[in-house]
Amino acid sequence: MPRTLFEKIWSDHVVRSATGEPDLLYIDLHLVHEVTSPQAFEGLRLTGRPVRRPDLALATIDHGVPTIGREHGISDPLSRLQIETLIANCEATGITLYGLDDPRQGIVHIIGPEQGITQPGMTIVCGDSHTSTHGAFGALAFGIGTSEVEHVLATQTLPQSRPKAMAVNVNGDLPAWSTAKDIILAIINRIGVSGGTGHVLEYRGDTIERLSMEGRMTICNMSIEGGARAGLIAPDETTYSYLKGRPQAPGGDTWDAALDYWRGLPTEPGATFDSEINLAAADIPPYVSWGTNPAQSAPVDGAVPSPADFTDPAEQEHTAQALQYMQLEPHTAITDITIDRVFLGSCTNGRIEDLRAAAAMLGGKQVHPDVHAMVVPGSGLVKLQAESEGLDDVFIAAGFEWRDAGCSMCLGMNPDILSPGERCASTSNRNFEGRQGRGGLTHLISPAMAAAAAVAGRFVDVREWTE
Amino acid sequence: MEPVRTIQGTMLPLMRSHIDTDQIIPKQFLKRVERTGFGPFLFYDWAFDHEGEVQPDFILNQAGYRNARILVAGHNFGSGSSREHAPWALLDWGIQAVVAPSFADIFRNNSHKNGLLPIILAEEEVERLAALAADPTAEAAIDVAAETLSAGGEIFAFSLDPFVKHCLLNGLDDIAITLESESDITTFEATRPGFKPSLA
Repeated sequence: MPRTLFEKIWSDHVVRSATGEPDLLYIDLHLVHEVTSPQAFEGLRLTGRPVRRPDLALATIDHGVPTIGREHGISDPLSRLQIETLIANCEATGITLYGLDDPRQGIVHIIGPEQGITQPGMTIVCGDSHTSTHGAFGALAFGIGTSEVEHVLATQTLPQSRPKAMAVNVNGDLPAWSTAKDIILAIINRIGVSGGTGHVLEYRGDTIERLSMEGRMTICNMSIEGGARAGLIAPDETTYSYLKGRPQAPGGDTWDAALDYWRGLPTEPGATFDSEINLAAADIPPYVSWGTNPAQSAPVDGAVPSPADFTDPAEQEHTAQALQYMQLEPHTAITDITIDRVFLGSCTNGRIEDLRAAAAMLGGKQVHPDVHAMVVPGSGLVKLQAESEGLDDVFIAAGFEWRDAGCSMCLGMNPDILSPGERCASTSNRNFEGRQGRGGLTHLISPAMAAAAAVAGRFVDVREWTE
Repeated sequence: MEPVRTIQGTMLPLMRSHIDTDQIIPKQFLKRVERTGFGPFLFYDWAFDHEGEVQPDFILNQAGYRNARILVAGHNFGSGSSREHAPWALLDWGIQAVVAPSFADIFRNNSHKNGLLPIILAEEEVERLAALAADPTAEAAIDVAAETLSAGGEIFAFSLDPFVKHCLLNGLDDIAITLESESDITTFEATRPGFKPSLA
């Protein structure tokens, strides 16, 4: 019977299967960071359990690190303790750590692909919901909690109930200026923030096939914002050429063996999904979120809705709550919304292609005098690459701050936060209340749209922008 | 984990949809390296104003609800971040079960691992419970083995995954369960292809 990519990866990792119990899945790679791991290591110590496979884990420091002035150390004593705890735990257990003095340090979901350790057909977990990012390589990758982190450290496996599979088909040519970010915002707008609950999404269709690896990662990254723990994209020549030659990618004869395996992974013709949705790329304009969840978004040439635009009373109430928090009036044109801050970065849009797209909007232009804009590259290596291309000069000349790698203002666990009432054009993934700082107002957009907004001081339709 | 067999207590209604884990426990409180002590920060940004002053209107701060054991909430409870600090904070505050029409997957898993019981009921049943919970003294009783919640003279049936139920009723440590299959893991490891990455 023809099988899906998801079914193949799942069945290739079942260690043990029994009726009435979840399957026990082997985990090929466990990514670890400072915020969701300390209690897991403590649990191992209390029970006297060793880390089973330190060679299949990779740790970095990303959530709580400052992105400026690191040479002065970490002033927040709690963040410092959390980071020192991870360093000590890695030393004690033999887990490889890319620490703050390592150029490979960066956001956990950026560094895996960058090192070539994220590969097709793998199972990958991390105590972070955006682990779905790695699905762009045709790896089954999902976020877990700290108890599960402990479970993987102790056993290199996880008991998992098998999710359903949903095909998300996107076909046709994307309009000019629409990006991978706009595709995923359009998908979430369509299925809602819980439309993918209990499912793995496989993104398919010729639009997806034409995307770069960076674009595919942006899409898979936000699968969780549609409620799906994992997103998948079939590996193809784009995937293989991205991987070839990276430090942790297979080399020599093992490359050919790996390639043979990878080529057998994609969903076979005639394989069936539990559900399916279709989007025409031609209908996807640049999107801007207006609300307090990632499904609450509108085309840039559209307007903020009114609660009365919805028929479901719960949706009306949810919209009213969002507009009140976001300090927006119904029917405000998106391009009439002015902004105070711009954040370019995160595991959604902190890769080199994102920085190039934003820099391309800036040539000779200046950040609006009322706007405070910052670039936080996704990793130390993204930063070095951007500097080798002169992108840092473009950003700095325009008035952006050029910072060190980390999660930064995507979740504001470090000092990079919004003040109450500050409105931010952000290339990140979540616009929840207070996500970027208590009382902060977040609008999710693509990197090019963020750069244009920084210059104009408001959202602009980049398709018509001539400033 | 302690066995979870029955839960008895008063209810607290928080009838919003899509309550995400950033609301349940905001990020500024994720810097602890312990599993305990998160209760005082539960729903912090709703419970306290910018100056840290108590918001008396917020339901968690109303004296009648301070000893509630069962939270009644809207759709898609626990969406967003995978932070297990969310169930830790709920438990630390005193909540032992959350009743909602639907839950986000990661939150639901995390709850099971900590003995916090997520109960799915139909939307109209959740609304009936929320209406009952308008009286802070209204009690509910949950029987895990029977998969029932009794309140207001009604019995609401829910269903649990059989394996989850087994673990809750017996307070099982699922790492210990998995380690019983250690020989299966070792056998599987011997068959892993040589091209799989390793940082050895």
